[in-house]
Amino acid sequence: MTEVLFFIFAAVALGGAVGVVMSPSPVASLLFMVTTLASTAGIFVLLEAHFLAAVQIMVYAGAIMVLFLFVIMLLNLGHEYQRDTRGIVAMIIGFAVTGGMGGLLAWQLGSGTSGLETNLGPGDAIDAALREHGAVGAIARPLFTEYVVPFELTGILLLVAIVGALVLAKKAS
Amino acid sequence: MLAESLVVAGLIFVIGTLGVIVRRNVIIMFLCIELQLNAVNLTFVAFSRFVGIEGQIFVFFVIAVAAAEAAVGLAIIISIFRHYETVDVNNFNLLKW
Repeated sequence: MTEVLFFIFAAVALGGAVGVVMSPSPVASLLFMVTTLASTAGIFVLLEAHFLAAVQIMVYAGAIMVLFLFVIMLLNLGHEYQRDTRGIVAMIIGFAVTGGMGGLLAWQLGSGTSGLETNLGPGDAIDAALREHGAVGAIARPLFTEYVVPFELTGILLLVAIVGALVLAKKAS
Repeated sequence: MLAESLVVAGLIFVIGTLGVIVRRNVIIMFLCIELQLNAVNLTFVAFSRFVGIEGQIFVFFVIAVAAAEAAVGLAIIISIFRHYETVDVNNFNLLKW
């Protein structure tokens, strides 16, 4: 059951990713992106990251993608359907670079994953924490003890980003 | 399920890279960068089952940074659009030599 669900989610995520790149309309591209993010959240659930799956849906698909949609509609790009892909030279370079990158990744995976699962152990590194503290507590406990400084710094980063976005986007008077 | 997750993450990352190189619409390029971040998040979550909860904490931070990046990046795009009236990166040539 888990395997079947995983392959369904993986297929939808990959199809959505291809749709993001192929679709001529920015709005369709964005909706494909939401599909990919939702399927990735499904894979997160299968990988026992329930809290991150919820965060992915709420923050990524819910907030960031809506921000993108706002900007697309603010700039009035929703009905612009001409192709915006680059010329043949950039296309060849793009496929060469991504082909090389994909080949490198495939080679690494092929040579690395044969003993990976046995080397890394049984895959229950977070099961005890999940059982003891629950899906949220298992993340919240280290986040507010060991990693509390980066956590607070993230808050400052978000504040700076909000102020920066306001300054950048406001009309020059 | 680790190897399968890594394969899916690698494929999504490669597709995102292709999008950044091939498309000229700056918003789509930005979306493709988010796609790449998402692929890396998937890798972190896949490994966190074997290594520890730190992988998931890192993904939490990546999502927060992605939100900040999206806010600032889209503000820059709006600001550039006001000036050039286009989202085609070929027309953004102020810093080109």
